[in-house]
Amino acid sequence: MALSDQEILSGLGDIIEEIAGVPAADVTPEKSFVDDLDIDSLSMVEIAVAAQDQFGVEIPDDELKNLKTVKDVVVYVQGKGVSA
Amino acid sequence: MSTSVVVTGLGATTPLGGDVASTWSALLAGRSGVKSLDVDWAKDLPVKIAATIAVEPSEVLPRHRLRRLDRCQQFALIAAHEAWRDAGFAFGDDESAEGFRVDSERLGAVVSSGIGGIITTLDSYDTLREKGWKRVSPFAVPMLMPNGAAGQVSIEFGARAGAHALASACASSAEAIGYAIDMIRNGRADIVIAGGTEAAIHQLNLAAFASMRAMSTRNDEPERASRPYDKNRDGFVLGEGSGIVILESEEHARARGARIYGVAAGVGYSADANDIVQNDAAGMAKAMDRALTDAGLKPSDVVHINAHGTSTPIGDIGEIKAIGKAFGDVAGKIAVTSTKSMTGHLLGGTGAVESIATLLALRDGLVPPTINIDDLDDEVDLDIVQGEPRKLAGGPAAALNNSFGFGGHNVCVAFRRHES
Repeated sequence: MALSDQEILSGLGDIIEEIAGVPAADVTPEKSFVDDLDIDSLSMVEIAVAAQDQFGVEIPDDELKNLKTVKDVVVYVQGKGVSA
Repeated sequence: MSTSVVVTGLGATTPLGGDVASTWSALLAGRSGVKSLDVDWAKDLPVKIAATIAVEPSEVLPRHRLRRLDRCQQFALIAAHEAWRDAGFAFGDDESAEGFRVDSERLGAVVSSGIGGIITTLDSYDTLREKGWKRVSPFAVPMLMPNGAAGQVSIEFGARAGAHALASACASSAEAIGYAIDMIRNGRADIVIAGGTEAAIHQLNLAAFASMRAMSTRNDEPERASRPYDKNRDGFVLGEGSGIVILESEEHARARGARIYGVAAGVGYSADANDIVQNDAAGMAKAMDRALTDAGLKPSDVVHINAHGTSTPIGDIGEIKAIGKAFGDVAGKIAVTSTKSMTGHLLGGTGAVESIATLLALRDGLVPPTINIDDLDDEVDLDIVQGEPRKLAGGPAAALNNSFGFGGHNVCVAFRRHES
């Protein structure tokens, strides 16, 4: 069963809260990691690893660098996710 | 005439308490911070005791900060925050924050560790072997590097004059204080956050020290295991924690109306150039002589020595002889104590924590006891404080803090009461 965008967003919010201390409620689709959430490149690596654990979707380095906003990650995970 | 350096803030997290006040009151009360290691990994070790931190960093720092700081760095930041607040400085970018605003360019950070982020090193290696390289934290390198605590403290408080981390094993944080004194005397900084930290309670380190037969195996009586100067001492007890002092030029401190704990009067160094693990009485005595000279003190000015006294059969006596040599006729008049009897040995953190104890002994006129002396070693011919804390007379007085490290490093820091 594929995850909904909302489920992915919610999971991502928890991950970002754990890793960067940003409250999950502040993790909204339009937010930029660097400019809005103050998340650096090392934290992005951690987020990618946690996302892989959570959603079963690997994000290779050369794709990760193109994911600038929360929405970019949701779309990426949604695109690679397994559907029933 | 060199710049006078004073101490204007104190911070600590130790096996006796999560701050300076609780640590100091435990020291005066003669309480031990040594506990049984109730963990699987200690089951097969000959040493099953350690002085673990009294307040876990997870009770103080938020989770997202903890995960990218080695334990030794967590301790250092906690202690540094206490010292910073204690000195009355404003923290953070908010212009309206309470306290004196420090000039970043005139602020230094000197935070040592004996071994740095070794717990991160070992845990990361386990992760690498069990789960592969992608699971090693991207923060592993800044966490494990020995200068990590110095870097983190510099970033946290905006210390731009310089960030330094000296490594000299058990003398590391005394060296940090010595280096910081010189930073101020040389005009490189007006204020320096100085001290040390250690978090090395791990199976490997206990095994390695145990292999040297350097540690106490009094596992059935943890609180009685650290017993400097007692006939039945059998080695040191490993402890963890951090001590941080704020050093400031006296001129700067007076101008802002700071509360002054005491004067960091001087520091003396020597290197034994002899044995890699056994320090030399002659070398220790030289460090004390040089500290007195640097501080402009006479031997008779010294009323108290916070000894290195780790509770090892040979090391304890070496230092006693060294004090006798350095002080001659007046050695017997000095109140000597080893607070390691209560805190255990904090390795790279010990010099700073014990400097704090030395300053507070002068401030309060009370020297904490050396606990667990049931039977004083016959070779100890000095006045070791036992039982009740020893009252010191008022008036001008100086005290020394000794730290000696594997590698033959001998460091003695001299403090004196501030006359206002």
